[in-house]
Amino acid sequence: MSNANSSGTLTGSHYLDGDHACSEGAIAAGCRFAAGYPITPSTEVVERLAQRFPFVGGRFLQFEDELAASIALLGGAWGGAKACTVTSGPGFSLMMEHIGLAAITETPCVFFNVQRAGPSTGLPTQPAQGDMMQARFGSHGDYRLIALCPNSPQECFDLTVDAFNMAEEFRVPVLVMLDEVVGHMTEKVVIPDDAEIKVTERRWTKKPPGEFKLFAPAEGSLVPEMVKPGDGYRIHVTGLTHDERGYPKMTVPEHEKMQMRLWNKIVLNADKIVKYEAKDLDDAEVVVVSYGITSRIAERAMQQARAQGVKVGSFRLITAWPFPEKEILQLSKKVKAFVVPELNLGQMVLEVQRIVEGRTKVVPVPHVGGTVHDPQVITNAIVGAVR
Amino acid sequence: MGPTEIKIGGLGGQGVILGGIIIGKAAALFDSKHSCLTQAFGPEARGSACSAQVVVDSEPILYPYVQKPHLMVAMSQDAFAKFSPELRPDGTLLIEEELVKPTGLPSTVKVFAVPATRIAEELGRKMVMNIVMVGFFTAVTGIVSEEAAREAVKDSVPPATIDLNMKAFQRGFDHGKKLVAKA
Repeated sequence: MSNANSSGTLTGSHYLDGDHACSEGAIAAGCRFAAGYPITPSTEVVERLAQRFPFVGGRFLQFEDELAASIALLGGAWGGAKACTVTSGPGFSLMMEHIGLAAITETPCVFFNVQRAGPSTGLPTQPAQGDMMQARFGSHGDYRLIALCPNSPQECFDLTVDAFNMAEEFRVPVLVMLDEVVGHMTEKVVIPDDAEIKVTERRWTKKPPGEFKLFAPAEGSLVPEMVKPGDGYRIHVTGLTHDERGYPKMTVPEHEKMQMRLWNKIVLNADKIVKYEAKDLDDAEVVVVSYGITSRIAERAMQQARAQGVKVGSFRLITAWPFPEKEILQLSKKVKAFVVPELNLGQMVLEVQRIVEGRTKVVPVPHVGGTVHDPQVITNAIVGAVR
Repeated sequence: MGPTEIKIGGLGGQGVILGGIIIGKAAALFDSKHSCLTQAFGPEARGSACSAQVVVDSEPILYPYVQKPHLMVAMSQDAFAKFSPELRPDGTLLIEEELVKPTGLPSTVKVFAVPATRIAEELGRKMVMNIVMVGFFTAVTGIVSEEAAREAVKDSVPPATIDLNMKAFQRGFDHGKKLVAKA
């Protein structure tokens, strides 16, 4: 780690696991506060942050539980830092309350969830992708956020930088949804020079105190600006429905106004947010929709299916939420079937089915987790979908 | 050629995981190949048989786990007993010759032995036995180049111990070359 440059970015080629790559991505993106209650298989993320932060002016605080960690995360963000917390399923469940609070208070922050098999404490050291719907709907009420699914240590670095950038751009909680395999696998990770890493800084308002409204969207945008603590602004931040000044105002019109802006800042910007990787779609009769480690197992299955003469293409979700609705809808008009393998008993496949509306076949390939799919099972589903 | 699967087994504390990291790093960072390392996580990582698993390929690696290793390193009898049934019948087994007595192997398995602990003790630090083993592995298997393995050792050990570790690597490497020449 001696070759970190003056800003703290660990430029160069490294042999890192996914968890450590997340830590380096966070540092490169400017994160300088992490609050956590370490839990397998995410512990390595905070271990490395705790080790690296003293050299880059950051702080890691370990709390008594995940409730404290996730509320401290929001405090850190409002205190002016780019901030994150790191957890796995059991902790993610406890953090739901503060994901909702982050959504309504429009707090830019990043949650890492290195998924293990559940429910409850489940299989602490083994993988799953069972928190995907919880990521979307886990806190109460209507809200939108962003969730990303890396499938390699390299992508853990890259998407962590994106996560911090999008948290600032849209002032939402951004969830980085690893799975245990991606978190614990070690591969080559190339970290570019600072000049090549795009970092979105916090949008501090230039309006003077008195004129500035904390929750009024900036001109030409759906997203408000923020204020630096200590700059003389008196602010009020609440989990209650609030007006543009941030004060509780619990009327239906005010609620609708606030809710719809929180909703629309993600929904209307979906084209800017959604990322996916498409392969061999031009002549595809079957499209495999997958994410995280499962996308790599599915790639091997697709090679086997192609060898059997099946025209199969891949649509890999990089953004799980917002879901790439438009793209799946277009594909549904030309392919014979979607095959959706995932390390759960059927979560993102529900979203595919919802969008496809029965126009074409949707084949789930569920797995209880604890390990990855046998590629042959996915191959059989692909071949079976067209025969 | 397809992926080569490697499993390194030993006792917690023998430097099994670091050995795996060095081999994986040699392939991915210094040989321009692809490699993916996974390790067994759990209570068995302390004091009994633990393992590092490395897949090396010229293509990007899709399936991360080792299922039927082509190459296996056993640094303790426990690890041999636990992992050797996974080895391919045409696989290659490398053992710490004073700690592992291989039994019940198919006759088609090629076995190479090195007194890695004794060599490390002769160098003054028992701790470097895993690096002796990495040198031995490099010479016998050729799956990573000598140059890449040396760079990976340098990149992975504390700076003050580089000289000692390079000596350990060389002793293991020389021992391996001798055995390969005889075979």
